[in-house]
Amino acid sequence: MNLFYVLAGVLFILGLKKLSHPKSARNGNLIAFVGMLIAIIVTMVIGKKLSFEMIAIGMIIGTIIGAFFAVKVKMTAMPQMVAIFNGFGGGASALVAAADFLKNAQHMMNGDMIIVGSLEISPIFYGAIVAFSIFVGTLTFTGSFVAFGKLQGFISGRPIVFTGQKFLNAAMALAMIISIVMMALPSSQDINLLFIVIVVISAIMGITLTVPIGGADMPVVISLLNSYSGIAAAATGFVLLNQGLIISGALVGASGLILTNIMCKGMNRSLSNVIFGAVGGEVEGAAAAIQKLNIKSYSTEEAAMIFDAADKIIIVPGYGLAVAQAQHAARELADFLESKGKKVLYAIHPVAGRMPGHMNVLLAEANVSYELLKDLDEINPEFEDCDVALVLGANDVVNPAARHDKSSPIYGMPILNVDKARTVIINKRTMNPGFAGIQNELFGYDNSIMVFGDAKVMLTQLLADLKDL
Amino acid sequence: MIDVITIFVLAIFIGFEVITKVPPTLHTPLMSGSNAISGIAIVGAIIATQLDGSIGTWLGLIAVIFATINVVGGFLVTDRMLKMFKRK
Repeated sequence: MNLFYVLAGVLFILGLKKLSHPKSARNGNLIAFVGMLIAIIVTMVIGKKLSFEMIAIGMIIGTIIGAFFAVKVKMTAMPQMVAIFNGFGGGASALVAAADFLKNAQHMMNGDMIIVGSLEISPIFYGAIVAFSIFVGTLTFTGSFVAFGKLQGFISGRPIVFTGQKFLNAAMALAMIISIVMMALPSSQDINLLFIVIVVISAIMGITLTVPIGGADMPVVISLLNSYSGIAAAATGFVLLNQGLIISGALVGASGLILTNIMCKGMNRSLSNVIFGAVGGEVEGAAAAIQKLNIKSYSTEEAAMIFDAADKIIIVPGYGLAVAQAQHAARELADFLESKGKKVLYAIHPVAGRMPGHMNVLLAEANVSYELLKDLDEINPEFEDCDVALVLGANDVVNPAARHDKSSPIYGMPILNVDKARTVIINKRTMNPGFAGIQNELFGYDNSIMVFGDAKVMLTQLLADLKDL
Repeated sequence: MIDVITIFVLAIFIGFEVITKVPPTLHTPLMSGSNAISGIAIVGAIIATQLDGSIGTWLGLIAVIFATINVVGGFLVTDRMLKMFKRK
């Protein structure tokens, strides 16, 4: 029977492996789905006294909700979609652990061995793992919903901080450790109360750990929550001693951690700095810090003439492109430029957008060939002989201060060297600074030109002007 | 007990090996795809519906709903994204 769970695990691994190339990726996803079906069917076949009505009702409701959102969601809203699905996964793990706990609570109070399947498990191990499982799952659930709220705009994208926040978090973390230990130790007290305490503290921690994180740091948080949902599933696997849950949970946990690490490197910040640093708010209107920059603002007509004379163009998309839904307009401009015999490439910074790979998905939606999307290391040498770098709604990832200004909050962050291009054309809605609230000195460079306006409107106008030339 | 810990540790290593090779272009599908895999909690949810205590069974039902949203939504949305990745 366990062999089928191993088979499901193997299919998950194969599926993830095929995700390493765009050509095989879709098959990979399908293979992983087959693995999931096998795991589900096996569980239903070997399960004893299952309530098939409940399972059927739950699956029908879940399928309708999941399929509805999966089909309806816009590509620009993908980060919040992933966040909310992730939350449901974590919530499910917590609920499973909670249900199992309620079954065994009396045995735990008696100090009896806990029977899991055909094995007898020490109540110490069981208590600790079931408490941990409820903790991680619940934290993932509430944290993901806060992340969803921020990305969807229900909650301010700015860091929400209050005095005593760090102290509160530390106190809750300590209380959680004590609760987990108490859950493991044999006791005649009513552990149902302890269970409620764990659920409540976990839920609050999910919120207080996510609200201080600003919009621009969201790629890290989404990756981290992704990892938590895997850890929660694996922990639940230890509660039920189910190989399927353990293998899959470990895979997802590892995947989330790798992405978290890549995102942190992309910002040159440590994980603890992201979680506790409370920066990363898109500071709208905080323009007071603007230094005296000599900014040249051009119309789209003037910009069109520069494009007309250019041979090699690199487009640098950022979150502003997603907000303006300008991916199709960008591709139409690129198509026109290519039809004139010009070379067009796209430079994708690892933390551009609100989740890992956000820009790539948007541009794929707009039918841009994935081979034209270049990452940091590939594209940076290309700026040297590039005629125009077109920056669309990106800011901090192209700020040269990261290379030389030791006092800058983003010093050391790897950036796209757009300033090396002959001309840099920067499209922004307004002159507001980026996430760290710092002015971008690039805007004042001699080879920089600003074209203000909504990215979609600007690109459409630019294309019209180019055709009129 | 030892064997499940062994499985856990080996799975983490395989995860690191396999996922490090995924290129940045596919990071969003990787995330939503692995996210769908974390819906494996559905296995636990199915098992939870067998519990005798009425509260536990109801928790199982909610868990089945949550996990199914995660699984179905996750795989579908990943497929929708991957369909778009083309080379010209």
